Amino acid sequence: MAKHIFVSYVEDKPGVLNRVASLFRRRAFNIESLTVGHTEQPGVSRMTIVVDADDLTARRIEANLYKLVNVLRVDDVTGKPAVVRDLALIKVAVSANNRTEVMQLADVFRARIVDVTNESVIIEITGTEDKIEGLVDVLRPFGIIEMVRTGLVAMARGAVTVSPNPPLVAAAIPQPAQTDMAGVAMSV
Amino acid sequence: MQLKGAQIVWECLVREGVKTIFGYPGGAILPTYDAMLDYPIHHVLVRHEQGATHMADGYARASGRVGAAIATSGPGATNMVTGIATAMMDSSPMVCITGQVGSRAIGTDAFQETDVTGVTLPVTKHNYLVTRAEDIARTLREAFYIAASGRPGPVLVDITKDAQQSSCEFDWDAAAPKLPGYRPNLRALPEEFQRALDLINHAQRPLILAGHGVMMSGARQQVLEFAERAQVPLALTLLGLGGIPASHPLNLGMMGMHGEAWVNNAIQQADLLIACGMRFDDRVTGNVKTYGLNAKKIHFEIDPSEINKNVKVDVGIVGDLREMLEDLLPGVKSADHSAWLDHINQMKGDAAVLDIQSLPDTGHLYAAHVINDIWRYTEGKAVTVTDVGQHQMWEAQYYRHEKPRSLITSGGLGTMGFALPAAIGAKFAMPEEEIWVIAGDGGFQMTFAELATIAQENIKLNVAIINNGYLGMVRQWQEFFYEKRYAATPMLSPDFVKLVEAYGLKGLRVTQRSEVKAAVDEARAHPGTVVIDFRVEQEDSVFPMVPAGADLHAMIRRPAPVQVDVMAETGADLHAMIRRPAPAQVDVMAETGADEGDWDLGATT
Repeated sequence: MAKHIFVSYVEDKPGVLNRVASLFRRRAFNIESLTVGHTEQPGVSRMTIVVDADDLTARRIEANLYKLVNVLRVDDVTGKPAVVRDLALIKVAVSANNRTEVMQLADVFRARIVDVTNESVIIEITGTEDKIEGLVDVLRPFGIIEMVRTGLVAMARGAVTVSPNPPLVAAAIPQPAQTDMAGVAMSV
Repeated sequence: MQLKGAQIVWECLVREGVKTIFGYPGGAILPTYDAMLDYPIHHVLVRHEQGATHMADGYARASGRVGAAIATSGPGATNMVTGIATAMMDSSPMVCITGQVGSRAIGTDAFQETDVTGVTLPVTKHNYLVTRAEDIARTLREAFYIAASGRPGPVLVDITKDAQQSSCEFDWDAAAPKLPGYRPNLRALPEEFQRALDLINHAQRPLILAGHGVMMSGARQQVLEFAERAQVPLALTLLGLGGIPASHPLNLGMMGMHGEAWVNNAIQQADLLIACGMRFDDRVTGNVKTYGLNAKKIHFEIDPSEINKNVKVDVGIVGDLREMLEDLLPGVKSADHSAWLDHINQMKGDAAVLDIQSLPDTGHLYAAHVINDIWRYTEGKAVTVTDVGQHQMWEAQYYRHEKPRSLITSGGLGTMGFALPAAIGAKFAMPEEEIWVIAGDGGFQMTFAELATIAQENIKLNVAIINNGYLGMVRQWQEFFYEKRYAATPMLSPDFVKLVEAYGLKGLRVTQRSEVKAAVDEARAHPGTVVIDFRVEQEDSVFPMVPAGADLHAMIRRPAPVQVDVMAETGADLHAMIRRPAPAQVDVMAETGADEGDWDLGATT
């Protein structure tokens, strides 16, 4: 099993998130995180879905996502040049004695202090999962009061324009071992 | 033109070609029912909404057109779920319309409110909640389009009461489907076929696995042309029966759990399996780890997500089966596989003597005899609609289907109670056809309330109840795998003759094989629906059988002929012979070993 990151464009309609989540549940695919938000195009939402799956399962997920009527496009950006980010807010217990130390640690990780009280600070950090895990590890001895993470968002690098709804998409035939994935013309 | 939402529903249904709709009224759908009276659509009042969905499903399977069902909110809609799931599993095109409470009452636990789109989400191809009259036309057009295109399936449209009541401008042309993400018309690129052709043209022991897709894409001619030119034998799935004529010399028959031994052994011995419009269901493959290990596999399939789902294939090609085969055929070379065909015929010859049809007539009534007799007396021309269980498998084995859409059965979901309502729907789709319902005493009792629908609609069906006083298939599993501990399978039934007479229909009872012909003839001659209660042998079992999860070649076979001879000669009861082989007594490997001949069956060693 390995981590796969899908970027999916979907129609911004009621219930679409439910359809995607329901698909993962009923096909017993392991979902690690799912984020959804607006895109540059009105009426189109963008999901970043992180799943724990082998290559064949990942292809099956892609094919099943395409079966959803409201799904416009699915890209597996795993292993492709892409910017992948997670955001965390971490509330850490501090005292007058160690507040400076916590702030210095945050600085090392290029995190920001966004709230300070006598007993706590909230640290905001954006980055890869590894970087956030690293910060969490060093903060844990101080006492983490609460933490929230957004889950991954991802974007392919480069200036290539990506149409949210391409007329031609890969057939999404689940064939892990072959690089010559079948090309299929799809038309509405 | 300015119309109410309720009127728009019917305007759309008429334009989509709906002639008959199956339904049950109620509060939240009442405005639509009120408008119905002004439109030329025949409404069939069912006795339970599950019946409405099976009828629409049966109509769709018989005609190839989209079936339509309608019900109210809450319990009306939830009663439809079984029928929707049945249609989903067997890719049957269907549109279900349900009423919903007023849009402002949604989420308040209003009377008869259920989250119907939520409930049906996993069992529909797509579904909609419509809260404005303005959206009804486009939604229904999309629903019919989605249901019928690509891999067909059920679509549910839930319409709030206020959307039905309010008025808006109706413009059919302006309400064309807008489905940017829906791509049903997949078409593989030409070069995809070369790899398939390389395998096909070099195979020594090829076998075509033909499924429901052959019928649904109308690819019968193309499959036969392919099979005949390359001399490739065919094996059929349950839902594929009728797609290829049973009498075709290359048609081996049904594969899978209750498929014939020579078919399953041929699959295990083949060096190339060419799957056409089938999905390697577990009832077809048995243990996937040992399935077709000697074979390369090609999968022609309309749904990309089916490829490599259950069985890993060497070449997977996505598209409409008929189009794919048309692209493939120019490259298919003539071939001579007579050694392979002879070998299969030899296996067939060995197995045929074990067939129950060759047993002496001792007067006992066996379900297989009944079904085979119905086939004989109807000259194989009837459309049969079966329920689920032993009788379904005997039907598949002993009623030989020649034409497409002549067998209607719940394959994927295995829904008991399917047969009677589905046959009603089929009758509306093909009123000229002779239709036989074949149901068990268990399944019949699940939906026999629809006898009243038959009486009210005054339609003609022939119903054969294969009555063995047990939930037969479950009993068979208990006999084989649970030491004959018959937990909750013995079943008391009403007097079916009196029961159907109470509905004003004709009832007959048959207890001897000698009475079968007269009863079948009488049923066929009678203008109204006739129900025949066939009191068959109680503890009969379906053979061969691949136990669930076992290797496909590890079949429990029919009784050995030597036993038959001894029994017949000593005048012993046929009954005594038919019940024997508990799995422990059957040396599965030894039996299949005898069939393997010279072929290397790597899977077993």
